[in-house]
Amino acid sequence: MLPETLREQSLALAVEAFDGDAIVGGKFDRDELTLEIAAAKIASVCGFLKYDRKFARLSSATAVDRYPAEPRFEVVYHLHSVETGERVRLKCRIAGAEPSIDSVTSVWRGAEWYEREVFDLFGIQFRNHPYLRRIMLPEDWEGHPLRKDYPITGARI
Amino acid sequence: MGEPDTPGAAATLQSENLSSGRRTLVLNMGPQHPSTHGVLRLLLELDGETIVRCQPDIGFLHTGIEKEFEVKFYQQAVTLTDRVDYLAPLSNNLGWALAVEKLLGLEIPPQAQWMRVMLVELTRLNSHLVWLGTHAIDIGAMSVFLYCFREREDILRIFEMFSGQRMMTSYIRIGGLALEPPRGWQERVKKFIDVFPSRVDEYEDLLTNNRIWLGRTRGVGKLSLEDMLDLGVTGPMLRAAGLKMDARKDAPYSSYEKFDFEVPVRTEGDVYARYQVRIEEMRQSARIVRQAMEGMPAGAWKADAPHVVLPDRDKMKTQMEALIYHFKIVTEGFRVPEGEVFQVVESPRGELGYYVVSDGTARPWRVHMRTPSFGNLQATARMVEGTILADLIASIGSTDFMLGDVDR
Repeated sequence: MLPETLREQSLALAVEAFDGDAIVGGKFDRDELTLEIAAAKIASVCGFLKYDRKFARLSSATAVDRYPAEPRFEVVYHLHSVETGERVRLKCRIAGAEPSIDSVTSVWRGAEWYEREVFDLFGIQFRNHPYLRRIMLPEDWEGHPLRKDYPITGARI
Repeated sequence: MGEPDTPGAAATLQSENLSSGRRTLVLNMGPQHPSTHGVLRLLLELDGETIVRCQPDIGFLHTGIEKEFEVKFYQQAVTLTDRVDYLAPLSNNLGWALAVEKLLGLEIPPQAQWMRVMLVELTRLNSHLVWLGTHAIDIGAMSVFLYCFREREDILRIFEMFSGQRMMTSYIRIGGLALEPPRGWQERVKKFIDVFPSRVDEYEDLLTNNRIWLGRTRGVGKLSLEDMLDLGVTGPMLRAAGLKMDARKDAPYSSYEKFDFEVPVRTEGDVYARYQVRIEEMRQSARIVRQAMEGMPAGAWKADAPHVVLPDRDKMKTQMEALIYHFKIVTEGFRVPEGEVFQVVESPRGELGYYVVSDGTARPWRVHMRTPSFGNLQATARMVEGTILADLIASIGSTDFMLGDVDR
């Protein structure tokens, strides 16, 4: 459901028109638009934004760990339209137990490394990812360092 | 998981039989190869001299900087940003400072803004000079390297004059600058900027019409604009393929809208076009530095925000409030309002974005750096498939990635 505060944002309205169940929240803060998308809808919303709203670039994809809050993880996508210069942040909240979400590599091939990085450092699975393996850390590394319950010092190496 | 034949290898390729009856060869390049510019490992599957597949293996320089941000005060974390892209430390300082200032809602005085622009453009020159020198040496033009490093030394001396450091300057701080600009900086910068354009002519004399250079770079390392956008390429590589995308023009920050400069664009999208774009960028950066130097506004060099910016030393000795603020900022940092921002600046390599999430405490909850080299390197692997091995060196050089920037 589109929050009242976003009724003036044409992009938010367009996503709402594309799929009424896609937006579950959002805000317009410090001149930056954030749309919270239902995790199951992320690939289709990204496809809509890329092909119908000209967001040709996925600037980055990353995650935020809200431990100990639940749903624990936020997967964050920064989209950029080179034609209009518009930017938007998409956010999906996913639960902490066996976190997984659909990959957007089918929309932007460049998402491959970003999602591998999130997988590596947060332990979030991306469904339908072509090559989901660790990218920064060695293959046999245990744990996911950017999780809040991973210690900053004293980790076993 | 998988079949790690080399410890820590996330990349694996196997030799395969081709339909032509030949067998491919898997060649390991790096991580200690001189022309991978750092610790990049490439696994190459070759059919003769042609690259069939290229698989980069990164992470050798991963130092967990994003994790470390979470235990530092906002002001302390400036030193981490220096070490991300160690050839463009000031660009990273600026991205970080702007992001936090946006969260704080801080107004930065004009002199600090202009000084930031000047120093960031000098950083661009510094970075492009290292790029040109090493790129040329990779392709075999040894002497260009010596010319480039001569000018780079001048720039590093200017940085040293400002901050006391040649590389990890940490000079741009949240709320302004670290120190008052030193006496006599104008003469020093003027001396440099007066000769610099003629030095660019010297590099061009050596390379622009050099037949070997043309032969090695023209038509090499091509990738279509659509593929580049899809793969996350930004910066000079994208501009050499015909798209005028530059954060300094598209979403001006730190008073860039007050400067008169062009964004060079080429359409060929090959290694030579990237060379031309960066050479022209050096000339444009020199213009910006001159404008900033000549038009530098007078006034304060740090924001009037006593709860964020450290007080002057002499005030601390005479005013109780200043002493208290100093004590509080140093021991417990400053609180940043809850929220999240994504601040984009144009680093020498492309779009540099700082995504900062604050939970209202004195330490960031999460910092993510959208570094240009990460996206650019991803495209390099696609760019070289189908080309010959020797061209790989030219393509890598023209990508101008920095492994610290890739691995963080």
